[in-house]
Amino acid sequence: MSYVLKRLGQSVLTVFVVVSASFALIRLLPGGPLDYLRAQMIQQGGSSMTMAEINQRIAAQTNIAVNEPIYVQYLDYMAAILTGDFGQSIWYEEPVASVIGPAIPWTVFLTASALFLAFTVGVSLGAVMAYKEGSRFDLGSTGVGLVLNSTPGYVVALLFVAYLGYRYQIFPTGGRYDSAIDPALDNPAFLVSVLKHGAMPIASMAVVGFGGWALSMRGNSIRVLGEDYLRVARLRGLSTRRIALRYVARNAILPMYTGLMIAIGTVFGGAVIIENIFAYPGVGFYLIRAINARDYPLMMGGFILITVAMVIGITIADLTYGWLDPRAKGGGSRESY
Amino acid sequence: MSPTDEPSGGSGRSSSAERSDPRDRDDAADDPAFAAIDGDDDAIDPDAVTGTGDGSGPARPAVSGHDHSGRAPAVDAGSGRPSELRSDGGTRSTGEPVSEFEQMADVSLSESERRRQWFDEKILAPARIVWDDWRARFGVVVVTFYLLMGTVGLQLVAEPSPNQGPLLVGAFRSLQYPLGTTASGTDIMSQIVYATPSMLIMITSGAVFTVVLGTATGTVAGYKGGRTDSVLMTISDVMMTIPGLPLTIVLATALSIKGNPVVIGILITVNAWAGLARAIRSQVLTLRDAEYVEASRIMGIGTPKIIGSDIIPNLMPYITMNFVRQARAVIFGSVGLYFLGVLPYNSVNWGVMMNAAVNRAGATSSPAAFHWLLMPMLTIIVLALGLTLLAQGADRVFNPRVRARHAKTVESGDDDEGDGGPGGATSAATGGI
Repeated sequence: MSYVLKRLGQSVLTVFVVVSASFALIRLLPGGPLDYLRAQMIQQGGSSMTMAEINQRIAAQTNIAVNEPIYVQYLDYMAAILTGDFGQSIWYEEPVASVIGPAIPWTVFLTASALFLAFTVGVSLGAVMAYKEGSRFDLGSTGVGLVLNSTPGYVVALLFVAYLGYRYQIFPTGGRYDSAIDPALDNPAFLVSVLKHGAMPIASMAVVGFGGWALSMRGNSIRVLGEDYLRVARLRGLSTRRIALRYVARNAILPMYTGLMIAIGTVFGGAVIIENIFAYPGVGFYLIRAINARDYPLMMGGFILITVAMVIGITIADLTYGWLDPRAKGGGSRESY
Repeated sequence: MSPTDEPSGGSGRSSSAERSDPRDRDDAADDPAFAAIDGDDDAIDPDAVTGTGDGSGPARPAVSGHDHSGRAPAVDAGSGRPSELRSDGGTRSTGEPVSEFEQMADVSLSESERRRQWFDEKILAPARIVWDDWRARFGVVVVTFYLLMGTVGLQLVAEPSPNQGPLLVGAFRSLQYPLGTTASGTDIMSQIVYATPSMLIMITSGAVFTVVLGTATGTVAGYKGGRTDSVLMTISDVMMTIPGLPLTIVLATALSIKGNPVVIGILITVNAWAGLARAIRSQVLTLRDAEYVEASRIMGIGTPKIIGSDIIPNLMPYITMNFVRQARAVIFGSVGLYFLGVLPYNSVNWGVMMNAAVNRAGATSSPAAFHWLLMPMLTIIVLALGLTLLAQGADRVFNPRVRARHAKTVESGDDDEGDGGPGGATSAATGGI
């Protein structure tokens, strides 16, 4: 229990650090975002705006009131972020929360599906490879796994767009779903459209991921297969299926669980590039758009929200580790990742 | 641990000898405890060294950093005399401090013999190991090729400029433009070649930054333990949970950096050190109570030296593998971000080429320009594949058993050891962006 509390406290600390860092980046850098915004506003408004008005506009956009003392600015900023107020997007002229908020579920949908697919396919393939160690199937799969593991996701994404998207026109090349369809969860046409639009982004992230999982599952399984307790299990006459699932698979997957947590970060980061290739309006898509338009409130809001999503994902993964590995329940002796 | 304490993890041989005569210990001429601590490398659980996540097959004995000749474990194991002289700094064979060089001389080799042996063990044996394995051989060839491309290649290929040739020549159509040309008539091959040097600098700076910071944090946290450990690990955990690429993007925008490849390399791996620190810490935890570390501690050797010569040598395979893994991450990350156009640049880059191909010629939808996109992508994949395979080779080079077998000057007793093992399989977690 205390471990759970400690873990949750650490997640909160992470979010706190990120928000503070974003405040520092916006506020403290000379020639940074705040100066840029002010210069732009003076240029646009010309003489019609007083300095006070300009400061007010900036405060509305970034939650930073320039003429207050710095600790008041900081506290105000933190309070605003905590209440879900990420400021006003300059480009979309809407609150940042209402631009990015609706995009979060889509990014989570992409990354979670890709991670799940890569992990399950990789682990199953790796297990089969370990059982058939040295066979032609094993050699071939190892080679494929190595090549895929050395391919960045965006390369696969670009190939998908070029071939499946434009040349053979199997999948749409942009958007979350067909805008002609009524977006309701009980509408089967809508769900099909969502899957069709999500298929290529998910596949391009999953394809480059599963090779690595397969290789490490193969290595772990081969090691487990040589263990004494497996011989005992066989001598006890346990069924092959039980041995494969409860003895080999479970012990081989455990060391990879920590890798899974790091992979959550990799996939979330990679989604930024993938979403832009497929013009898929997720958080990463808006992040890049914000950067190109120098829309600092939107940029920081996107960054904070991506971090929060990732922190939640990693915390869940970390807390379920104890469920998978009873030895870790105590917490104190944990040496994961 | 104070010097009068018993070493808790001593092997049976040493502790029994010691208990019989605990007070004489410090000035005993050839105290078996010291010798055993030095000599009994096999007492350390070899599995502990290979670490948690990497199923790298066979057990390997711990390598002590003081141990200047790689062959010592094999010789010692055969001799069966634990009090045999070992070149472990600080061992007292005659009751007075002896420098490492004098101890080496005890094996009575002539100067030239020693030099030849050193060359054989440190240069030839690793080279032979690498060449012995087709994966590592491929990796070496690829990486060497890219290194040459980034240095000599610049002299051989003309600098890229617009209108070097006809517009959008396809790949492999003409000898003059083997990889084709862009929509503005620039030779793609020369662009790829001229993008290599800054890429190599970027890769090196990013990988060095991550490995140095990660190793330093991880070893100090793991070895010191206590408050140092919890502070360092909390920082690492926080850093690790921040998504890397978005952080890079935000920093690059807010800090208004210039296109310096060294800075960009560091920026791309800005928080990757945290994950490495975590992994290294958990390996150090298994090493810090090893006997040779305890021995160093009892002798009053300072923490930095213990970490530097007892702990880190044992982690070298893991560190090397991570160096290569980080190199790959820098390639993937930087090319991806250049492709998105969110990083500043002052020379041509593979990612910038891809960006231009897609945005200026619509390479994804028009087959005529597709080679413009494909060539830089292949360049990345081949380099990444070479690095991956090289990492697997590096794993074998650092394995003392494999090395001893490949060194001709060493008569090795244990050639029953299988050395393969899917060492590189650890790269799973970073399986692509």
